[in-house]
Amino acid sequence: MQIKESSDVYDVIIVGSGAGGGMATKQLADAGLKVAVVEAGPYFDPADPKTMTQLKWPYESPRRGANTDRVFGEWDMAYGGWEIEGEPYTHEEGTEFDWYRSHMLGGRTNHWGRISLRFGPHDFKGKDKDGLGDNWPISYDDVKPYYDKVDKLIGVFGTNEGRPNDPDGFFLPPPKPRLHELFYIQGAKKTGIPVIPSRLSMLTKKINNDRGVCFYCGQCSRSCSVYADFSAGSCLIFPAQKNGGQVKIFVNSVVREVTTDEEGKATGVSYISKDDRKEYKLKAKVVVLAASACSSARILLNSKSKQHPNGLGNSSDVVGKYLHDSTGSSRAGFIPGLMNRKPSYNEDGVGGMHVYTPWWGDNTKLDFPRGYHIEVWGGMGMPNYGFGFNPNDFNKFFGLSVGGYGEGLRNDVKKYYGSVIGFGGRGEPVARKDNYCEIDPTTVDQFGIPVLKFNYKWSDFEKKQARHMQQTFEELIHNMGGEPLGDTPTKEQDYGLEAPGRIIHEVGTTRMGDDPKTSVTNKYQQLHDAKNVFIVDAGPFVSQGDKNCTWTILALSWRASDYIIEQLKQQNI
Amino acid sequence: MDRRKSIQTMILGAGAGAAGLALHGCNTDGSTQTEEAIAKSTETYFGRTPEELERLAKLNAEQLFNAHEMETISALSTVILPPKEPHGGPIEAGVPEFIEFMGKDVPKLQTTLLGGLMWLDHKSNTEYGTEFKAATLEQQKAILDPIAFHDMEVPLDQQALEIQFFYLMRGLTLTGYYTSKVGIADLGYKGNQPNVWDGVPEDVLAQHGMAYDPEWIAKCVDQSQRGVIAEWDEKGNLLT
Repeated sequence: MQIKESSDVYDVIIVGSGAGGGMATKQLADAGLKVAVVEAGPYFDPADPKTMTQLKWPYESPRRGANTDRVFGEWDMAYGGWEIEGEPYTHEEGTEFDWYRSHMLGGRTNHWGRISLRFGPHDFKGKDKDGLGDNWPISYDDVKPYYDKVDKLIGVFGTNEGRPNDPDGFFLPPPKPRLHELFYIQGAKKTGIPVIPSRLSMLTKKINNDRGVCFYCGQCSRSCSVYADFSAGSCLIFPAQKNGGQVKIFVNSVVREVTTDEEGKATGVSYISKDDRKEYKLKAKVVVLAASACSSARILLNSKSKQHPNGLGNSSDVVGKYLHDSTGSSRAGFIPGLMNRKPSYNEDGVGGMHVYTPWWGDNTKLDFPRGYHIEVWGGMGMPNYGFGFNPNDFNKFFGLSVGGYGEGLRNDVKKYYGSVIGFGGRGEPVARKDNYCEIDPTTVDQFGIPVLKFNYKWSDFEKKQARHMQQTFEELIHNMGGEPLGDTPTKEQDYGLEAPGRIIHEVGTTRMGDDPKTSVTNKYQQLHDAKNVFIVDAGPFVSQGDKNCTWTILALSWRASDYIIEQLKQQNI
Repeated sequence: MDRRKSIQTMILGAGAGAAGLALHGCNTDGSTQTEEAIAKSTETYFGRTPEELERLAKLNAEQLFNAHEMETISALSTVILPPKEPHGGPIEAGVPEFIEFMGKDVPKLQTTLLGGLMWLDHKSNTEYGTEFKAATLEQQKAILDPIAFHDMEVPLDQQALEIQFFYLMRGLTLTGYYTSKVGIADLGYKGNQPNVWDGVPEDVLAQHGMAYDPEWIAKCVDQSQRGVIAEWDEKGNLLT
């Protein structure tokens, strides 16, 4: 089989079209560069009626929204999951990592929670605080101007609270709290922990003439057809095209490797087309990887050549190392004060919480080094598969019998509708060199590309943090006059700590640094080993605070794009 | 308000107001047609990928329950949740068809469902000399009473098959009903349509002994200004 080579030479090839790739596309195309975006999945536009799930009713699905086909339920807008047929990954025995992938234009930005938190000054300098992990080679001040620009370009609601490690920004106004959130605010006050309006990238107010304003269906996970939430396609790639940018999108194209020349510089990429299962080559002056932390690491490790025998950018042997996901532990509670609700109004709100708790603790007085924030859910949501399955389980809290049948079940369902509140703790792990992914030489995917093998274990730091989450949740539920559901997760259950990868914030596999021996990229996300290769996903993160990583991916991708433009102008690359 | 109308009003008119509000990036001129198409798509598709459609077609071509079993499911689900005016019951909600589909979609449910239905007829025949679906309501209740309340202290999978079966059938009946058009109406859920959220109504706050903190509310969105483009001063204070 002959590899088909296009004679076009692009200024930049961008691999992946999620947050990092989308932002690079927008910035580089706006600067007049000729850009090729290579995406493993199909084209996707949230406004296309054929693929749209927004405002669908459960009865439009024969399985009533159950998660048999899509792991987050029938309506979730991600094509992929933790397991993808024909695209396996493996594990070192006795370790675990669940790898979530979404192959489509816009990637995981089409379904994510839009929790858009800046990293604070301490989050870039964790080692200075507790001696663990490493500092970033950059500080909050380096990134602040880009966070500001991202806020204004994309839109995020929230409030300026003047908190030292939860920086202020340029916020749209937040929505008012829902009823269960008022209960939460009261419970948190009693517990002595802060609550502030959440910070989500949804347009509660108009931001430009191209995007609609939120109409409060609560379905951002379905990707907004009027572009009122942030998705990389609708907010970055389409606007770049509309702006007259030279953007060529290659969909269903799985990148195998970055190709290099005699001097070790990148010449482009080779990819396999899912449509005809043939291999193609594209050429460019610059290659930008944005395929996700683990996918970009995989591409680098698979890009072996005479000049880069250990994989591209891997002379340090650091590619794939320091992989880390957020910690997560969850709990729900039954709140009698929320019983017998009047469903007289629509409280769908935005697609996520209207309030949250940022980290409040002093880790020098705790038995774990890093913090976590608390996400809150509840309310009178739309029924989907599973609703009413246990119509009167909460009778047990009143000494009444559970189960039965007959007309009374209708009353039970209504009595308890909206009376549950749930918490998700999302915390910062400590990045470690011995948590990593590498190439498994024994296994390939259906495209013949060697797959990743994961080796990841939580340490006591993360487990103790999860224990603290559970203690806090129980206290909160108690202070809301409620009863925690289920038993307290035990030490043997790691206190409910989710397996690594489950929170889908994997970062760190191509970390940045000043020393080429201990890092993969420099502080501009440029490979130490190949000047015309950049990484703009979360791979270059040294750590991730307890903040969801997307807003920082966007800010750093913009910063790296500015650097690429500058370097091209100066003919340095 | 008619559903399609309400989407149009929301997207094209209410709140946003400004003429020429372009909601679909590249498609500004054709926006009326686009809204029509979106509204109409609700009736035509439910956003499946080609692979998902293929799997649906395959499942739909299979048959899990025979006619007698479907009738038994109908009879049982109606005892579990009797119909009530004006929002009907399991039959109006399509519960038997939904249970048939779930049995195919999640094969591990099949043995419990098929075995449980056989148990039901065996019990009815033994006790009353008739199949469950033909038994009187009193007889049906007499069969169900001993299996309808499972022991909360013992894991379900360690209890008798007929108890597991009833638990599963009750769950599927209730979830099938409340995810249907009639069930959602019975529940009174008001969402899944464009609207403008402006807080919990006063009477609901009063009912639950809650109140908004004026300081908090002062930071929240002024919905009368939602259609005005955001501008800030250099410190991040919203000016519009």
